[in-house]
Amino acid sequence: MKNVPCLLSSGVVTTISKLTKTCVLRLTPDNLFFILSGKVTNGGVGMWCELLQNNFFDEYQMEGVSSEFNQICLEVSPENLSRALRTVQCAKSVKIKLTKKHCACLTVAAELPTLSSASRVVTHDVPVEVIPRRLWQEFKEPVMPDFDVSIYLPPLKMLKNVVDRMKNLSNFLVIEANLNGEMNLKIQTDLVSVSTHFKDLGNPPWGPSQRGDPELLAEATVDIRKLQQFLVGQQVNPTKAMCNIVHQNVVHLILLHEDVSLQYFIPAVA
Amino acid sequence: MPLSTQSQSEDVQDVLVANLDNARSLSNILKAITCKDHAIFTATANGLKVTVEDCKCMQANAFIQADIFQEFTLKDDIVVFQINLTVLLDCLNIFGGTPAAGVSTALRMCYRGYGYPLTLFLEEGGVVTVCKINTSEPEEPIDFEFSSSNVTNKVILLSESLKEAFSELDLTSEVLEITMSPSQPYFRLSTFGNSGNAHYDYSKDSDMMELFQCNRTQTNRYKMSLLKPSTKALAISCKVSVRTDSRGVLSLQYLVRNDDGQICFVEYFCCPDEEVEEG
Repeated sequence: MKNVPCLLSSGVVTTISKLTKTCVLRLTPDNLFFILSGKVTNGGVGMWCELLQNNFFDEYQMEGVSSEFNQICLEVSPENLSRALRTVQCAKSVKIKLTKKHCACLTVAAELPTLSSASRVVTHDVPVEVIPRRLWQEFKEPVMPDFDVSIYLPPLKMLKNVVDRMKNLSNFLVIEANLNGEMNLKIQTDLVSVSTHFKDLGNPPWGPSQRGDPELLAEATVDIRKLQQFLVGQQVNPTKAMCNIVHQNVVHLILLHEDVSLQYFIPAVA
Repeated sequence: MPLSTQSQSEDVQDVLVANLDNARSLSNILKAITCKDHAIFTATANGLKVTVEDCKCMQANAFIQADIFQEFTLKDDIVVFQINLTVLLDCLNIFGGTPAAGVSTALRMCYRGYGYPLTLFLEEGGVVTVCKINTSEPEEPIDFEFSSSNVTNKVILLSESLKEAFSELDLTSEVLEITMSPSQPYFRLSTFGNSGNAHYDYSKDSDMMELFQCNRTQTNRYKMSLLKPSTKALAISCKVSVRTDSRGVLSLQYLVRNDDGQICFVEYFCCPDEEVEEG
């Protein structure tokens, strides 16, 4: 498990730590998943982040409860994990192990470069909770919602600027888009109404491109903070950034990086 | 595209239309006078004056001359409205407001008249934002009756030197005392804080002093809390004129050069805190 700095440079764990205080880390023989299931307690926001293990690790060994259920589910604090990984950024090699100390821990052991021949190892124990098998069914990949509109997102930096300013003015934001590559962000308060119009964004080839009027807008009103949290962590522009909208129901954001995919669900407010 | 097409048809009814290639020229100078939310906008053929007041004893004015705008059309002799300045600034900086190479936010500002919102069209990189900011009944701004004929003392300094002084001022002091005199100490800033008194003196022959016209020794105190917001204007200015009249009212005029080298003014009026026996 040596390639961890790559896990950092892609900022995955840091990004996730901006989105949620705790989440589920699910390990399977091929993948790592960071999962937040859309419960009322976290405002209905859901997240599904998928990483291919062999993009990040030279060596990866795991054994689940049985060959039939070959996976491990842990509840982690991404903030703690990201802090542990940050301090080992310059390490020569890093090992991450699931250990049993006073409680279950993810132990991050890093060998740091030294001037002398003696090696220096720094170890972080990040406490985790092992999730029993009976609760696993919650952590399935969310089904792609039957969206009304799917559209590519504008440059995330610009989107972030606009959302940041709108957040200063209002708590809720209307996001609307159509199959003609147009997306609008709107807020309305007693003092001001602001609408930002993006055009020529393009629509991904999947989805409901055949049906209906391409000018017809699907819209959803969301809590601005939820959208802002999502944008805060995005320092690197992904290869693809998309947004699906189920009219007045949910906003589904998808970011595809080379080795990471992140899905984020923001429920519409009434 | 919507910038040009949408507004053409509406132009007919707008009493005020102003275009600016770089919205930063406006937002930067407005930022320098934000100390309270409410601002009174007064548009005349000369340009735009934006007024903010605090506690009825301090007033900040920003002047943006008509020729700073690429277009400035006024249907009436004078157009006045009141608006929330914080909201306006958020709108002007909707695309971030930070200067990036070759990218600037274009602005078109329209106002239809009493009771209508102020409409802003902002465009950057093909993305258009439309803001409608509600206006309210303009309050009558205080007239400080500060006339140049009544000016007792006047100095013009390079802002650089005053920035240095303001950054070193003891902010635990409730007041800033300004002494202007035809003899020693000429121009003195004093504070009276927890850790003692401090005086900051300028000689009248200093390179930083561009003009020195003091007729009479005058010492006045001004509330630090009222003067503090003026440091925002100081930070972006290149010259500052400090004047007092016979009543001790302070006028600070800042000359601000924008990104394109054009000149705007920010002016502060501040009432003296209390009478000090004159020497």
